[in-house]
Amino acid sequence: MWEAIRSNKRKSFWLIVLMALVLAALGAAIGSYLFTQNPEDGIFVGVLVAMIVWIIMLAVSFSSGDRILLATAGAREIKHDDAPQLYNIVEEMKIASGLPKMPRVFIIDNSVPNAFAVGIKPDRAAVAVTTGLMSRLNRDELQGVIAHEIAHISNRDTYFMTLAGVTVGAVIILADLFIRGMFYSSLSRGRRSSRDSGQLQLIIMVISIIVAILAPILTQLLYFACSRQREYLADAGSAQFTRYPAGLASALEKISQNQSENFTKSRTLAPMYIVNPLAATGKSNNLFSTHPSTEDRIRILRGMTSGSSLKAYEKAYQGIHGGSGILGKSTLQDSKDQGIRSAQTDKHEAKKSMRDVKDILHKAAGYGLLTCSCGVKMKIPKETDYSKVKCPRCGTVHGVPMEFLSAAAIAMSQKK
Amino acid sequence: MISMIILIVVIAIILFWVVGMYNGLIRLRNQVKNAWSQIDVQLKRRHDLIPNLVETAKGYMKHERDTLEAITNARSHAVDATGSGVANQAKAESELSGAIGRFMLVVENYPDLKANQNFLSLQEELTSTENKVSFARQNYNDQVLVFNTKVESVPTNIIAGMFNFKQAEFFEIEDTEERKAPKVQF
Repeated sequence: MWEAIRSNKRKSFWLIVLMALVLAALGAAIGSYLFTQNPEDGIFVGVLVAMIVWIIMLAVSFSSGDRILLATAGAREIKHDDAPQLYNIVEEMKIASGLPKMPRVFIIDNSVPNAFAVGIKPDRAAVAVTTGLMSRLNRDELQGVIAHEIAHISNRDTYFMTLAGVTVGAVIILADLFIRGMFYSSLSRGRRSSRDSGQLQLIIMVISIIVAILAPILTQLLYFACSRQREYLADAGSAQFTRYPAGLASALEKISQNQSENFTKSRTLAPMYIVNPLAATGKSNNLFSTHPSTEDRIRILRGMTSGSSLKAYEKAYQGIHGGSGILGKSTLQDSKDQGIRSAQTDKHEAKKSMRDVKDILHKAAGYGLLTCSCGVKMKIPKETDYSKVKCPRCGTVHGVPMEFLSAAAIAMSQKK
Repeated sequence: MISMIILIVVIAIILFWVVGMYNGLIRLRNQVKNAWSQIDVQLKRRHDLIPNLVETAKGYMKHERDTLEAITNARSHAVDATGSGVANQAKAESELSGAIGRFMLVVENYPDLKANQNFLSLQEELTSTENKVSFARQNYNDQVLVFNTKVESVPTNIIAGMFNFKQAEFFEIEDTEERKAPKVQF
């Protein structure tokens, strides 16, 4: 497992170096185009500006990227008592993976099942799941999903994908500005290139344009390839932590069957989910997808019949795709065989309804819940002025618990 | 003169190498210790949960005094075994797991108890604690394996021998009882 993390770090390091080089090349191309009189200075300034943009974007995303993403997703933090099962499962997986600190747990109020993890360091991480996920999955399935997310954290995927994502973003922004700027400036001052522009400048111009067009495509391809590989690795990690690949497999089935186009429009957030909501319907792997196809992932997990180790995952992958595997030798170096445990959830597990899961959100938001004997659940806001509440169905009158009364209402009830 | 410099450089490199290996071993040993303390935390939590569980169940299970006593006894044995070595503790804890497993089987016959809100939340805590114990054990054994491999293999074994690094003990389920007992299922 430690070997896996280390080899992952090495690969990621080179990926980032490569992307940064592309970014620098783009900066150089833009610079040499803008400073036509003095291309050498232009290259220097261009690279410098590209690096400054990159560093500013990195600083922002490292200092508050997780907060921004969680806010974009509309996630609300919960504690153990709000949703004991979810919190416990996260803690179980924290222990299984040997993370140094318990990640924070968030719930997103959305009926589409999905989950993601953020965090630039293993000791500053967060896991978020939607209410739809909680209401549809049983304990084993939920454990598989959480284990996948925790594997992303412990493999440092959340860190490197932030880094890679920011680099892609910087490349796209610069290339976009450049091409647009060139388009408009060529409209307004076409005269400049008339007299003193020699052969050299024409070549520089053509090269700059080609670089500006290719750079975003190249970095995105790198990003996607890396992202796909990491999804496989996180699936393998999930099987390894839970010792139960079938849990994640059936969770992925349920998640992919219930995706909706309207789930998120955020292109930054979409690739971070366990199943990419913007591409959930895609059937095959292609160069431009961030995740392997869900069908493929399920098939590999279902193919793990011999054990639950990373090695077993690699074997199952080879069984389907042939070839040299996906995780790589260095990742598997210290992986040892381990068995598969039996299913833990029995058929009698209480069915969680969407309503029960919503109650968690209400509790986390500070509402009180009052259950009437006829089965109706009433939501009591904090600081209410009414000391009694009537059930809308059967008409039974209930007293509101003291802790939800406003000061005035408490005084009133005491006077009586 | 040149040979002198070469000698010093070689010695420096070897020294760095040795220090690196030593630090690596220390890091791994600390990870093993840390993993062990994780197990301890979870076992302690399990010990704390059981009196509550028995207390809640008592009112419903009047005719199951044996089962309740067995689980209470197993708990106190496990508490006594705390700190008495890995093998001893593993044995006491697996007895306790067996007792909990049998208790959970009996609970199936008491629908009233199974509907009790307090019991339900205790049950979730217990399932989770059982899981945490086994995940902590899994993690501990993983760490021990990595550490022991390092201690055994060349060239770290030389350093390990010099500074007296001993192989760590695996947390194994000695008792066949736990294997025989049905898993705690809810």
